[in-house]
Amino acid sequence: MPSIRKPIIPLAPLPRNDLGLTIRAYEGSMSTLCAGCGHDSITAAIVRAFYELSLPPERIAKLSGIGCSSKTPTYFVSGAHGFNSVHGRMPPIVTGANAANRSSIYIGISGDGDSLSIGAGHFVHAIRRNLNMVYLIENNGVYGLTKGQFSATADIGSASKKGKANETPPIDPVSLALSLGASFVARSFSGDKAQLVPILKAAVEHKGFSMIDVISPCVQFNNHPGSTKSYHYVREHELREIEQEYLPPSIEITANMSVDDLVKVRMHDGSVLAFRSLPNGYDPRDREAAISYVAAARKANEIPTGILYIDEDAADLHDLAGTTETPLVDLEFDQLCPGSAELIRFQEAFR
Amino acid sequence: MTVLNRQSKGELKNPKVNNFAMRFANVNGTGSASANNLILKAIFRMGVPVSGKNLFPSNIQGLPTWYEIRVNENGHTARAAEFDLVIAMNGQTYVEDVQTLKEGGYLLFDSSWQLPPEATRQDVMPIGIPLSALCTNPFPEPRERVLLRNIAYAGAVSALIDLDQDIVSTLLDETFSRNPKLRSSNRLALQIGYEYAKENFDCPLPIHLETSNGNAGKIMVDGNTLTALGALYAGATVAAWYPITPATSVAENFLKLCERYRTVEFTDADGENETRNNFAVLQAEDEMAALGMVLGASWAGARAFTSTSGPGISLMNEIIGLAYYSEIPAVIIDVQRTGPSTGMPTRVQQADLLTCAYASHGDTKHLLLFPADPHECFTLTAKAFDLADHFQTPVIVLSDLDIGMNDWVVPELVWDDNYRWDRGRILSSKELAELPKFLRYSDPDADFVTSRTLPGKDSKGAFFTRGSGHDSQGGYTEQPEAYQAVVDRLAQKHQAASHMMPEPVIRLGEGSPFGIITLGSCEAAVLEAIEELEGDGFGIDYLRVRGFPFQKSIEDFIQNHECCIVVEQNRDAQLRSLLLLELGIDPTLLKSVLSYGGFPINSDFVVDGIREILKG
Repeated sequence: MPSIRKPIIPLAPLPRNDLGLTIRAYEGSMSTLCAGCGHDSITAAIVRAFYELSLPPERIAKLSGIGCSSKTPTYFVSGAHGFNSVHGRMPPIVTGANAANRSSIYIGISGDGDSLSIGAGHFVHAIRRNLNMVYLIENNGVYGLTKGQFSATADIGSASKKGKANETPPIDPVSLALSLGASFVARSFSGDKAQLVPILKAAVEHKGFSMIDVISPCVQFNNHPGSTKSYHYVREHELREIEQEYLPPSIEITANMSVDDLVKVRMHDGSVLAFRSLPNGYDPRDREAAISYVAAARKANEIPTGILYIDEDAADLHDLAGTTETPLVDLEFDQLCPGSAELIRFQEAFR
Repeated sequence: MTVLNRQSKGELKNPKVNNFAMRFANVNGTGSASANNLILKAIFRMGVPVSGKNLFPSNIQGLPTWYEIRVNENGHTARAAEFDLVIAMNGQTYVEDVQTLKEGGYLLFDSSWQLPPEATRQDVMPIGIPLSALCTNPFPEPRERVLLRNIAYAGAVSALIDLDQDIVSTLLDETFSRNPKLRSSNRLALQIGYEYAKENFDCPLPIHLETSNGNAGKIMVDGNTLTALGALYAGATVAAWYPITPATSVAENFLKLCERYRTVEFTDADGENETRNNFAVLQAEDEMAALGMVLGASWAGARAFTSTSGPGISLMNEIIGLAYYSEIPAVIIDVQRTGPSTGMPTRVQQADLLTCAYASHGDTKHLLLFPADPHECFTLTAKAFDLADHFQTPVIVLSDLDIGMNDWVVPELVWDDNYRWDRGRILSSKELAELPKFLRYSDPDADFVTSRTLPGKDSKGAFFTRGSGHDSQGGYTEQPEAYQAVVDRLAQKHQAASHMMPEPVIRLGEGSPFGIITLGSCEAAVLEAIEELEGDGFGIDYLRVRGFPFQKSIEDFIQNHECCIVVEQNRDAQLRSLLLLELGIDPTLLKSVLSYGGFPINSDFVVDGIREILKG
């Protein structure tokens, strides 16, 4: 992907986060996506969330597959290692990286083709392993780089730019993730940074697989009347009953805070995910409730957004694999090689 | 003394002490492996060179399966072409099993029932033992009886070939040390067979064993176990794999070894002691994922590997290209089986050579290693990690089913405690600080390798790893010159690796105009063939290739002979093709002997093939 350096324009002193970094430290190269692309708004939300969380750039690892969405890791946190892999295979690459170095913060950016067609097998197994990462699907319902073919998330009846309606049933990443036992499932809209930033923060702090389906209209190929992934359609059909706020560990939650919370979820780092508003009787820790809610909304042609489900207690990849706290990459050769005396002992079984 | 009274020991043409072959025809899933392994190991402990070849079906229970044991005082333990003793325990294959006997050989069968007339041969000696009848009363439970009937034939065989009974007894104690009940039932079954043979036949047969010292300094083990051990000793911490015959036991053994050597005590937040792992063995959803995980782990800085067979290599092609182009180390173990497609999963071939040499689309070339036996599975697997790290590229170790799953007698392993891993050019924070700027694919060393950084350490070392077009600074490019500069360096890097590849094994006689070139598990059959040809007064030189890219010494060997015969186990002469392609030599200099039916190659086949070529 071509990367263009951003011009550095001196401005009035920018605010700094807890690490003393300005938001500039969380930006990357200039985007080469189309003007108005939803993906660029998502990038901006990632930059904001990471800045506000004061994540050390060198601890971030940003990975992707192939497609428009997968170009975007170039556009944020230039001080982080990046890996633009091959189509659909980002989840296994993150699995291996995370197994080897559990101390990094992993964010994978994928698209609807990348995650739900060519890489569907990897996506579902990353969920099963509860891989500790932020997994963001920039979902626009089309293949942009190859100019507008329907993807697996295109709704029945949604029309292509040329007017042809899709007839194949879609895969809904939210329903899929819920049914597979994902420990953090959210949906948002690229046009709603105010909602996406706190979701991203909670996703980073969640220990396990944080799946965020972000509907991100493709201005070139899927933003016309008749499309169910256009800015207009999503604004008309978004169901915003769930409102959440991410409260970092440093903030003491007091009774008179504006969070007249229905549900508060304590995250593993001590921060709190507070739900300000929820549909009547809805508990985001109840998987079956979430599945029913999403199914009912779908039937009513509504697109529910927000953090739909969270389980802070699920065992992640490392819990399941029983790995040491020390990242495997930091183990010395002497800790790994049993040596010559043990080799002699071991071979007794072969005599 | 019934059967053998018709012929006494001296009447056989070649009484063969410590030089004979046996074939056990069994039904899969009836516990015959225990009986056969017991015999194999007892022979090994008697100091007699021996090999066991398991010719098993792709099946869990019911289909025919054969086990072949070859005993050879001179150490020739390639697969035998014919057998001196056939133990026919499977009615389904009885008729064909009888045909595998040499003239004058012995046929051990269960005489509880009558033999079908078409299964008799006048030129062999029948040894009927009513195994089922003998086992009926002592073992009333049917499943137990089936299993122990096989142990009973092991008892009979041990009398017939004069297995050392003390060794057999010790082996039983070791095998069933935790299960006295099984130990006593097995001991009883062995005794039943042994005593019946002793009482009714002239034991031992002319083909029999005598204690020797041919196995001093040797171990008996399969290749997959030692491949896993090589990865353990090399310091691999991440293994990702998908189950596939015949490679499954590589990953399973690695896990077992890690559980033995890589666990640490850990005290959790509640003060509870638990065991934690200094490793991660990941069973992937498919082979693409398995190699993807290896790349992720390796990119993060761990030593990582995957093990698979041909179908897995086909799936991994995409990620092999990514590893090659983005220069990420990866070790891939390919335990080859018979292709194409699903092929014959439980049969052997060396037919993944070309697909591995140039795996993935676009211009690619990879580093290959060719172990010939389990010992080399250990040494070359360990070496593969150094090569992968040093050259920042995938390394494929081409083992095969014969090496990987059969027990071989090989020299014991040694380890040099002064060895330290070669992690290649990974920049430390200090080195990084001294650089004005880090550029991933610039400043190549004499091996055309550039320095890399690991994620999670230092923002100055941050870069974008990508499989898309990139320039020597690591940036995206679509410019011809910038693209070519990188892929040209990759070609040079591949060539440069030849100086670190294991040297070929070369044996030169006295100026023979002919040479044999081979690789991997062909070695035993080829060396035996050379000895046989030498016995006929025909000298022939020998070279075994152990790695790709090829060294100059291989080219010289070919140029210094009038003609070389390439012996390999595939239809299309893949090693010959690779030699011709890469060395640019005259194709008339290389002839082929090709064995590709799926069973391990034998020396008679090699001798016949060479004679045929030399006639023409």
